[in-house]
Amino acid sequence: MEQYSITPLIILLPLAAFLLLGLFGNRFKPLTAGIIATLEMTATTVIAYFTAFSYFTSDRLPDGTFATFTPFDYVWLPLGEKLTFNMGILLDPISVMMLIVITTVSLMVHIYSLGYMKGEKGFQRYFAFLSLFTMSMLGLVVATNIFQMYLFWELVGVSSYLLIGFYYTKPSAIAASKKAFIVTRFADLGFLIGILVYGYYVGSYSFEYSAHLKAIATAGTMIPLALGLMIIGGAGKSAMFPFHLWLPDAMEGPTPVSALIHAATMVVAGVYLIARLFPLFVGFAPDVLHLAGYVGAFTALFAAVIACVQTDIKRVLAFSTISQIGFMIVALGVSTSADPHHGGLGYMASMFHLFTHAMFKALLFLGAGAVIHAVHSNEMKDMGGLWKYMPLTHITFLVACLAIAGIPPFSGFFSKDEILAATFMFSPTMGYLMTFIAGLTAFYMFRLYYNIFWAKPYEVKSGHGGHAHKPHEAPAVMTFPLLFLAAVTCVAGFIPFGNFVSSNGEAYHIHIDKQVAVTSVVVALVGIGIATLMYRGASRKVADGLERGFGFLYRAAVHRFYIDEIYQFVTHKIIFALISKPIAWFDRHVVDAFFDRLAWLAHVTATKIKGLQGGNVQSYAVVFLWGILAIMVALLFITFGVFWLM
Amino acid sequence: MNYSQVLLMRPELSLIALVVFFLLYDLIAGEKGRKYYHLVVSIGLVAHIVYNLFPTGDVSISEGMYVSSPMLGIVKTILTFGTLIVVLQSDLWLKRADTAIRRGEFYVITLFTLLGMFYMISSGHFLLFFIGLEMASVPMSCLVAFNKYNHESMEAAAKYVLSALFSSGLMMFGISFIYGLNGSLYFNDLLQTISASPAQIMALVFFTAGLGFKLSLVPFHLWTADVYEGAPTNVTGYLSVVSKGAVAFVTLTILLKVFVPLLDEWQQMLWWLIVASITIANLFAIRQKNIKRFFAFSSISQAGYIMLAAVCATPVAMTSLVYYILVYMVANLAVFGIISVVEQRSNGKVGISDYDGFYKTNPKLAFVMTLALFSLAGIPPFAGFFSKIFVFWAAFEAGFLVLVFIALLNTIVSLYYYLLIVKAMYISPSDNPITAFKSDTYTRVGLVLCLIGVLGLGIVSSVFGFLDSVSFGI
Repeated sequence: MEQYSITPLIILLPLAAFLLLGLFGNRFKPLTAGIIATLEMTATTVIAYFTAFSYFTSDRLPDGTFATFTPFDYVWLPLGEKLTFNMGILLDPISVMMLIVITTVSLMVHIYSLGYMKGEKGFQRYFAFLSLFTMSMLGLVVATNIFQMYLFWELVGVSSYLLIGFYYTKPSAIAASKKAFIVTRFADLGFLIGILVYGYYVGSYSFEYSAHLKAIATAGTMIPLALGLMIIGGAGKSAMFPFHLWLPDAMEGPTPVSALIHAATMVVAGVYLIARLFPLFVGFAPDVLHLAGYVGAFTALFAAVIACVQTDIKRVLAFSTISQIGFMIVALGVSTSADPHHGGLGYMASMFHLFTHAMFKALLFLGAGAVIHAVHSNEMKDMGGLWKYMPLTHITFLVACLAIAGIPPFSGFFSKDEILAATFMFSPTMGYLMTFIAGLTAFYMFRLYYNIFWAKPYEVKSGHGGHAHKPHEAPAVMTFPLLFLAAVTCVAGFIPFGNFVSSNGEAYHIHIDKQVAVTSVVVALVGIGIATLMYRGASRKVADGLERGFGFLYRAAVHRFYIDEIYQFVTHKIIFALISKPIAWFDRHVVDAFFDRLAWLAHVTATKIKGLQGGNVQSYAVVFLWGILAIMVALLFITFGVFWLM
Repeated sequence: MNYSQVLLMRPELSLIALVVFFLLYDLIAGEKGRKYYHLVVSIGLVAHIVYNLFPTGDVSISEGMYVSSPMLGIVKTILTFGTLIVVLQSDLWLKRADTAIRRGEFYVITLFTLLGMFYMISSGHFLLFFIGLEMASVPMSCLVAFNKYNHESMEAAAKYVLSALFSSGLMMFGISFIYGLNGSLYFNDLLQTISASPAQIMALVFFTAGLGFKLSLVPFHLWTADVYEGAPTNVTGYLSVVSKGAVAFVTLTILLKVFVPLLDEWQQMLWWLIVASITIANLFAIRQKNIKRFFAFSSISQAGYIMLAAVCATPVAMTSLVYYILVYMVANLAVFGIISVVEQRSNGKVGISDYDGFYKTNPKLAFVMTLALFSLAGIPPFAGFFSKIFVFWAAFEAGFLVLVFIALLNTIVSLYYYLLIVKAMYISPSDNPITAFKSDTYTRVGLVLCLIGVLGLGIVSSVFGFLDSVSFGI
């Protein structure tokens, strides 16, 4: 236990860096500020690794599980008689695993940003926000109770709002950050109400359920309700349908931010939330869990289809992320028990995929960032043939593409295989659907890969002052994170993940289901093959032909199935036109006109009050009186029915 | 009643002493001493806060006409704190040529309204309550009219006086009903005799409408936007926070002390008033072009959230209410402090579009404004997040599920319109932004106090815990 006494530093160090850079950032030179933040992050990472090492090497309990430690749990506020809000640190297999994921990716992003953001205005501010985000994300995963989780959850939302809107002089970035903020806040409504319901019926927010099982059991249908509401919040952060629309727009933020927030950390918060509450879901609300699984499957398919036709490389990655998170949710959703051998495999698979996905998706985003850095564009049409100019980026990007496509021996193969095995156990239909989506994933990822690195020779444009602008490899601070993450992607699959994380805590030996593995690899290879056929060469006969052949579908997919338009329609047309406008109209024409009449009457009959241009204080009084009268009649009616008149 | 009992009214007596001292200072100090007038008043208010920081125990004077308890003492201290911030922020305005000669009046009148609120809070009898209420609102109209050569200020004052008189009249009507039906105006006696008969309910409605006017709840809110817009900005701040906070607290205590037998009717009535206030004010706020009008609607909606606590009448609800008032006070006064200093330094710019590009010229003020807006919108880790959570929790615990849901939905709308101002300050380009200026020391001190509150009140949970230890309810 005492080796964990330094764990509060994991949160306090990024907080200190945020305060230092946020308050005095402008006193530092930009690079100094960046290095301070990076060094702080290094220290945090070391502590996190140390914690993870001593946690996973500690002795298991007699029942074969790892002990759960709360090295720090402070009663922040007692509310009412029984309920308390706590702040603390909880160490259990998944929170420790998340600590590793977050600190690793965050450190890589810090290092990468030193190169990527060089010369940007507000360099210090950027690193301050980065520290704030890391702090809130770490606070979220080590939460000892739902309230603390919610608090940091919202804080994650705020810091991502600040980071997405970093280029605050760009209107589209601001619009995107606002959209992300408001959409996720809207989903968080569900979370908050779920928390209130849960706290009210269970009387405790702690994740140590065992002490409250009785209260949970007596709460009956309120528990599925509360959990379902909480999942809505999770769907918002994890960009599940229908809340997915903020994520592609959030790509307006700096690319390293996308790697950190929109690939590895914040967007998996919803998955983490479900995993955190997994015993409750399996025990008391399996239907809600399965429903989430279906939504996840639909989202995975939907996003994968859209990803096939996007031309902005970051948007392809954004939709790919949505799709992959769908995979993780499906894996959790198909769990039927807490026993990994009988229906509980999905839990382990989901966490495994979360881990591997965080690494290779961060790698993809950082690689895309290096490409954007080199060609100064996000559009595929401005790329092509870059393999010659950026060998390191090319190789690492290829590794990540193979991993996400599910080709062994890269990490994605192992985790995706477990997910597919779990879905096949639940229902073969679901299994085939997910296998199909996996093939689609391979297709659109290699479409992306070929369009960036092959397709056509790169046209060297004449840049400023007649100098030919040749794309070149990114500086070492940017390629180091790429190489590191690529190395992790190569070996992560061989981690005996089930030993550390499983649905009931006991060691679970991962074994590859041969049938599932072979099918999925074949499907992935087919996907890659089709992509190669269509996009490898400079001519795109097949691709163009298909686009023409399926014109309607293609256009629908390009427009993301018009979901944004529907939202626009609902929010602007319906809400604005049906609610705000009529109110304004009513206010102007009915209320004003009516009271103008009254005022006019009063004006004629009463003595003139000069100097009041509007002259409608009288009308205020009339509304006042009508208000009283209406309330009185309503109240008496409610209390006594119609008989009070007699 | 004897002399020693009078001495128990500690906050009131010390406030009266301050008022007398300031009056005399104005007369005696002369040209030289008046330079330090503002400083003296500020120090005086700080001294008052310190003197009353540790509240007295339960006090009952003159058969319960005047009552006090630790919670009431704390609320008075909070109100004095708000007044202190308003006074701090008003120096720049009071230095103007047309107001400088009358600055003494401002201090004395402001403190008189505060005294009225003190008596209103401590009343145990409707007569004392009404006197306190009028003492708080009649001088208030002088404050609204303080820029007396300004046409808008005059018009706002006229509207305020007329509306206030009207509402007081109706409230008096309700009180006379109560007296006629129950034969007493002592809260203690009334608790035993009030029952849910149609006439009693009528009395309740008239009485509540009077309170609703002061709180500017919909549909008694129509005066608010005009008066907030026309009044001097510092007075608007005072009106929106200190005056509103006092009435909100009184609303809850009167329910607890008098109208407990009518709890159902009370809750039903407030339910609709809250929904209407939060929703309608939010929808109107979006359309506003004038920043003072904008915050008038914002304050109507915030009053709805405050009433969310009053509707439950549990001890935890009272804590949440007082906590909400405190948190709302620091955030809203930060906003009004900035509006005021901008108005003084830019020759009266109060349009929202005037704030375009404000960040580029005055980054620090824009930053403080942003934090205050975040707090008002209820975003963690700022205090407003916690105050909203506690209010929602209290209402939820009391069983108002639908109400909490509607209020939560409205927080999203409010987030949207508060971000409109952030957008104006940070993003919207402007050819003619407010020029860079230095704010005066007093304003800065006031803003720092607000900022400490916005950042600290939520995280330092002992504030809530302390309030909780002295609250009472049913």
